[in-house]
Amino acid sequence: MTENKIEIRGLHKAFGKKKVLDGVDIDVKKGESLVVIGGSGTGKSVLIKCIQGILTPDSGSIKIDDVDITQISHKEAEQSYAKMGMLFQGAALFDSLKVWENVAFGLIENQKMPRREAKTEAIRVLRQVGLAPDVADLSPSELSGGMQKRVGLARAIATKPEIIFFDEPTTGLDPIMSDVINDLIIESVKGIGATALTITHDMASARKIADKIAMLYKGKIIWQGTVKEMDKTDNPYVKQFIKGSSQGPISVEV
Amino acid sequence: MEKFLRRLGKTGVTFICRLGELSLFIGRALYNCMTPPFYFKLLGRQFLDIGFYSLPVVALTTIFAGMVIALQTYSGFSSYGAESAVAAVVLISVTRELAPVFCGLMVAGRIGAAMAAEIGTMRVTEQIDALTTLSTNPFKYLVTPRILAGIIVLPLLVIVGDIIGIFGGYVVSIYQLDFNPANYINSTIDELQTIDIVTGLIKGAVFGFIISLMGCYNGYKSRGGAQGVGEATTNAVVTSSILILIFNYIITGMLFTK
Ligand SMILES: Nc1ncnc2c1ncn2[C@@H]1O[C@H](COP(=O)(O)OP(=O)(O)OP(=O)(O)O)[C@@H](O)[C@H]1O
Ligand SMILES: [Mg+2]
Repeated sequence: MTENKIEIRGLHKAFGKKKVLDGVDIDVKKGESLVVIGGSGTGKSVLIKCIQGILTPDSGSIKIDDVDITQISHKEAEQSYAKMGMLFQGAALFDSLKVWENVAFGLIENQKMPRREAKTEAIRVLRQVGLAPDVADLSPSELSGGMQKRVGLARAIATKPEIIFFDEPTTGLDPIMSDVINDLIIESVKGIGATALTITHDMASARKIADKIAMLYKGKIIWQGTVKEMDKTDNPYVKQFIKGSSQGPISVEV
Repeated sequence: MEKFLRRLGKTGVTFICRLGELSLFIGRALYNCMTPPFYFKLLGRQFLDIGFYSLPVVALTTIFAGMVIALQTYSGFSSYGAESAVAAVVLISVTRELAPVFCGLMVAGRIGAAMAAEIGTMRVTEQIDALTTLSTNPFKYLVTPRILAGIIVLPLLVIVGDIIGIFGGYVVSIYQLDFNPANYINSTIDELQTIDIVTGLIKGAVFGFIISLMGCYNGYKSRGGAQGVGEATTNAVVTSSILILIFNYIITGMLFTK
């Protein structure tokens, strides 16, 4: 048994002629927080959707706790998928359900927890992400974007998953709310001892929550290291990305 | 010429792809209808949505259909023997054709559109992906209850439509055409055959399947934001309405021509 919680080798995924992932290799150790950075449309969301079985990769291996989920049927891999939780880019709350039912969804549907008990638990998790209990009975459309992100976070951590994915947790939020979300991510991940894989282009957020940072460019991981190493690196791609400059080797196709 | 052929080929290929995709979708839907887990609560909600809340439109359309058939038949048969003829024609046309088709078309407009819009929105806002990440099979959670409910509820709606449509014919015959109520009822009962009811039930089940299938399929495959959802909604209503009329003809053909 290796200490890698997630181990990805040579992951390829194309849509039609368009190669999105072109041989991605990633390791995430147990309890570690990896942040993947990269420009818009480089396939960051596609990467985590492949890991979660929402998309089927064309080739390559994805090992979760040493089980290669690309080699077994979706049904057999369900055990691995059950270990994962996810905060979506747009929160993706179920708008036909109330806030607390969203948070308690995994508890009720999979862990078969009685509704009343699940509601108490949902309110506890909501409080953990800084939302008052009276939010629980609202519908998701009545919440602001920042609150929706928090509810999405609460839903992701309610089942106490071993691996949590955050897809751009801070996009579209003001800097203060972003920082609040960052703190919540750190707290909740450490709180349940989870392994985290976060996608972002918000460098402040990346610095704060990352143990390790990897950069995705043209379908490959072109650089990885700690935040300290990132500040010292002379990799021109990384330097350009963290400076946020339009001058450099990364060309933006407009 | 070459351009034309090329376009023809492309359309053909797209059509065949769609057909394949749809067959896969049907297969998956049917498979998931038969394997656990079942979401009975969601099924119950669909019964309400598709069945109960459609009662007013079904009642309105079928009562006027029954009424207009009574009037039209009377003007055709004029005076002699009109009483039993009107009763028979109302009975047969309502139970065999009008009630099933009107139920089908009304529910397609009401429910098919709503299904496509709801599932389509869930698709483009990643709610369907979110279901997967919460270890819930989106097919079982969204598609299966709708399809089962469609198959079960539509026949019941058709029966309600039968009764109300015949009642519409009765009202016109008695109050406008001055027929004898007892005679009218007697001729209706005399004319009633099992096949009339069975036809309605079969058509109802098939139409219910078509409506839910098209609503779910178009919603499930929708892409690209609000516009995609809009397209899915239109497609769901248009395709299910056309399919309902086509299958109505086919089923009538199979049941009534020997
Ligand atoms: N289901 C799909 N079908 C076809 N193409 C897709 C699909 N999903 C993603 N793509 C394409 O893959 C590319 C990468 O998309 P992805 O959503 O992973 O980008 P991203 O890195 O997450 O960008 P962003 O930072 O803007 O969220 C895009 O060009 C997109 O058009
Ligand atoms: Mg993305």
